[in-house]
Amino acid sequence: MPAPHGGKLIYRVNRNKDIDDMDSIEISKELAHDIENIAFGVFSPLEGFLCREDFEHVLHHMRLQNDLPWTIPIVFDLEGNEFKEGDEVLLKAENGMLATFAIEEIYDYNKKEYAEKVFKTTDIQHPGVKKVMDMKNKLAGGKIELVKEGRENFEKYYLKPYETRILFKEKGWREIVAFQTRNVPHLGHEYVQKTALTFVDGIFINPIIGKKKKGDFKDEVILKAYDALIQHYYLKDRAVLAILRTEMRYAGPREAIFHAIVRKNFGCTHFIVGRDHAGVGNYYGPYEAQEIFREFPDLGITPIFFKSFFYCKKCGGVVNEKICPHDKEHHIYYSGTAIRKMIQNGEIPPETMMRKEVAEIVMSYENPFVE
Amino acid sequence: MAEEKEEKGKYTTVSIPTPLAEKIKKRIEGTGFNSISSYVTYVLRELLASMEEEEKEEVFSKEDEEKIKERLRALGYLD
Repeated sequence: MPAPHGGKLIYRVNRNKDIDDMDSIEISKELAHDIENIAFGVFSPLEGFLCREDFEHVLHHMRLQNDLPWTIPIVFDLEGNEFKEGDEVLLKAENGMLATFAIEEIYDYNKKEYAEKVFKTTDIQHPGVKKVMDMKNKLAGGKIELVKEGRENFEKYYLKPYETRILFKEKGWREIVAFQTRNVPHLGHEYVQKTALTFVDGIFINPIIGKKKKGDFKDEVILKAYDALIQHYYLKDRAVLAILRTEMRYAGPREAIFHAIVRKNFGCTHFIVGRDHAGVGNYYGPYEAQEIFREFPDLGITPIFFKSFFYCKKCGGVVNEKICPHDKEHHIYYSGTAIRKMIQNGEIPPETMMRKEVAEIVMSYENPFVE
Repeated sequence: MAEEKEEKGKYTTVSIPTPLAEKIKKRIEGTGFNSISSYVTYVLRELLASMEEEEKEEVFSKEDEEKIKERLRALGYLD
C-alpha cells in the first residue's frame, strides 16, 4: 500500500481542546468539509489552510513549496479585519462542526490570477471562477484542529483514510484502483471499472458528495444507484463504495491530479482517469486531464487512462475504439447529457446504456437532479 | 523584474558533465521538455519517488485497530 502523500497520514483531531474563551466565526459547509478532510488526512500532507508561499507555489508550479505535487489551493478567505496573525479562533459550521484555526498569516491574492491558473479561464460562467470571484479579498493560512465533527447524511458510507487503509489490508488487497464519480453509473462506467479491476485486487468507488452544479445527479440518487449496481453486478469482496465529502471544483486537469492524490491517501495504488475528468462546458480538451499526469512522475499513484466505452450493435456488447473494428453507425454512445435528457423526458434508458436495476432507482425519483 | 528575482530564488544550480548535458540536449529534441533543467528535474523527481518507502505497518495500536475493524463490521464493510 502506498504511503500517504508526503509520507505521513495527517491526523489533526483534538476533541478535548479548550475552546471556551475563543472568538468564533461561522463558516460554510464546504469549508467545514475541507477542515474535516485536512483533519482526517484526506488532504495529507496539509495540516491547515495554505499560507502565502504554498499558495503561490500551487498556483504557479502545481506543487507545495517542498516540491510535493499539489494542484488545488485549499484556502480560507476573509475580509482581513476580523482577526490578526497569531490569533487562534474557533470555526463553527451549521452542521455542528467545530475546529480551531491558528492564523499564521493573512495575505492578499489576485483573484483573476487564481482563476486563470487553476481553471485556465477567467470566464465568470465557469462555476469555479464564479466561486473565486465571490470570495472575500484576503486569505488566511495556518493549522487547524478538529474539535467536533459535523452531522451529515450518508454516515454509513463515510470512511476516513485510516479506516480504508485497514479495510484494504483486511481484505488482502495490495493493489487498489480508485474510481471518482459524480454520476449515476451507465454501462460505460461499469466497463471502465471492471476493465481496471481485472488487473488489480479491488476497486474503491468513491463518489463526491457535496456542492455540485445544477443538473448534476443528487447525492442520494448516485449512492442508491451504485448500491444497486454493486449488489447485482459486482463481487462483494472486490468492490468498496464510500463517499468523499468535498465540493466539485470543475478544474479539469488540475482537479484530476488533486483527486488522484486524495485517493492515494485513502490507500489506493491506481486511479482511473476518463474523458474530460472534472470538466465543465468546453473549458478543457477531452483528454487534457490525462495529459497533465505526464508532468508528475512523482505522484505516487498510477493513473489508468481510458477513452470512452460505447455499445456496438455489431459486436453485441460494450467496447471501445481500440477493440471494435466497426463503423460509428453501429455504435451507441454513453453521453451523460443524452442520458440526462432521456430521464428528464421520463424515458427509461435502454439496457444497452444502463442496467435495469440502476435505471429503476433513477426513475423512482420525481427529480433526480440538483436544482 | 521583482517577479523574475523571486522565481530565480526557487532554483539552484547543479553541475553535470558536459558530455552528459549534450546527450540530454539531443534526447529532449522534439519532446515536451524545453530545457536540460526541466528534463533533469523530471528524472530526479521520478527517481526519488520510486525510492519512497511503502507505508510502514503498525501505524495504529492493536486496540485502535480493533475499534476501527468493529466500525467497519458494523457498517457492513467487513464480515
